[in-house]
Amino acid sequence: MIPAVLYALVGMGLFALGLFALIVHTHLLRKILAINVMASGVFLVLVALAARTRGAAPDPVPHAMVITGIVVAVSATALALALMLRVSAETGRAELPEEPLE
Amino acid sequence: MPWLHWGVIAIVLPLAGAMSCFLWPRRAIPLGLVTALGIVACVAGLGWQLVEQGAQRYVVGGWGAPLGIDLYADGLSLLMLMATAAVGLGVSIYSIGYFNREKARYFWPLWMFLWAALNALFLSADIFNLYVTLELLGLAAVALVALAGGAEALTGAMRYLLVSLLGSLFYLLGVALLYHSSGSVDIAILAARVESSPAVWAAVGLISAGLLLKTALFPLHFWLPSTHASAPAPVSALLSALVVKASFYILLRLWLEIFPPTSAVLGQLLALLGAAAVLWGGLQALRQTRLKMLIAYSTVAQLGYLFLAFPLASITGWTGALYMLLSHAVAKTAIFMAVGNILYFGGHDRIADLDRVVQRLPLTVTAFALAGASIMGLPPSGGFIAKWLLLEAAIRSGQWWWGGILILGGLLSAAWVFKVVGYAFTRSRAPHESRAVPVGMEWSALAMSMVAILLGLFASWPLALMEIGLPFGGKGAE
Repeated sequence: MIPAVLYALVGMGLFALGLFALIVHTHLLRKILAINVMASGVFLVLVALAARTRGAAPDPVPHAMVITGIVVAVSATALALALMLRVSAETGRAELPEEPLE
Repeated sequence: MPWLHWGVIAIVLPLAGAMSCFLWPRRAIPLGLVTALGIVACVAGLGWQLVEQGAQRYVVGGWGAPLGIDLYADGLSLLMLMATAAVGLGVSIYSIGYFNREKARYFWPLWMFLWAALNALFLSADIFNLYVTLELLGLAAVALVALAGGAEALTGAMRYLLVSLLGSLFYLLGVALLYHSSGSVDIAILAARVESSPAVWAAVGLISAGLLLKTALFPLHFWLPSTHASAPAPVSALLSALVVKASFYILLRLWLEIFPPTSAVLGQLLALLGAAAVLWGGLQALRQTRLKMLIAYSTVAQLGYLFLAFPLASITGWTGALYMLLSHAVAKTAIFMAVGNILYFGGHDRIADLDRVVQRLPLTVTAFALAGASIMGLPPSGGFIAKWLLLEAAIRSGQWWWGGILILGGLLSAAWVFKVVGYAFTRSRAPHESRAVPVGMEWSALAMSMVAILLGLFASWPLALMEIGLPFGGKGAE
């Protein structure tokens, strides 16, 4: 197994772990972290798949995508954290209600 | 004129508008309105260009694929841009009266960012650029939902943000796999290179799952009603009319151009989920006691219709789905505006407590009823044309049962429209205080509902525009 495939599989594993944590945990901070773990998994897959042929120079396009993706992930995380603070200030808990509020 | 492309201006103008509204919050309203008019003019210019010269591809900065960013406009993107422009102009005028000064300084920059993201999304020619625009759209939409303030809107926004990010990540993982198997993200190049392989099928599954979550197709609609109902009225209109349609547009585009042709089973599955959405959304809408929740569930039902076109796979079917998208966008905007007026007027949206709204807000209730006629699919509205096209495609392909869903869905919509209009005529047991609704809010709701009806009377123009560049011509040919 070439290393690139191993990295890609690890990326898939991170994606699945993050998805599991997103569903299981109720605290919003854990949910936001879970989303970030999922995003890292996707980035790892992208970077790993850039080494398409053994020995040749890696493909730069996926690297550019990862950089864009990181920028998006940082802004999304910032918005999510700010919203989480507002939610916990308003409701007293950093969790989403089980049933949508009527 | 390669140096002047209307599509580029249609993206740059709202971005510039957003920045200037942010920098000069006191002048946000005039700046926003000027930008809105400018965007409408740009879309008209692009439409004229497309009619004259056919589908257009524009290479931003002269770099070209695979490194640069390409823009592509054909009939499908043009119709989406026009729907956005029509709804956008209406919502811009409506929001002048709706938001107070404090809210307006946040609303206008965010709304202009949302508009820029929408225009960029409809013009993108590569799947990674679509991811970026999808994220821009999601972040702006979440911030707009949170604008209402209060626990309900904030938790709604938070749930929406998590769902939106989750959907985008599924989509991005699919993009990674597609790039790996084909070595490109450009839609046209992918269309030529994609073959049926396990990696491509995994990518199709991931991309579809992500986009269906964002489009809120049953049973992934769980987040939509509370989010759309808790947002301010103009924002609810934008979300229901445009934002959920943007992810549907991507799915449609990829389905038509890239996905392997042997996806018939997937098409049947999507239509089954769509049919379930029509029935479930319709029934849930009838059960609601609050007007905005009712309208939000009706959006779940109406999104279901769009997916009925997938197993039909004919030009008539796709045209019908796109027409449904257009007429629903306009009609739902009118309905959310009307409901916003009722909320503004009486301070609540409990259906049973509507107090003689017909006498007191005649324009608003007229708008509600006219737009409701289009949602039901009564002639001569846009919704009728859309359902007619879908019905024709269903019968011609020998799958008449999808036609039954159309009729059942229409009956369910009729039931809730008449229920609400009925309560609007009667005196409620608990009369309440009221405050005057600004004239602009009433007239913009009425104007949007008139457009929904006119879409039925002048159907030949949009239908002709859809054929530019033959977006449905390739795989869907009859």
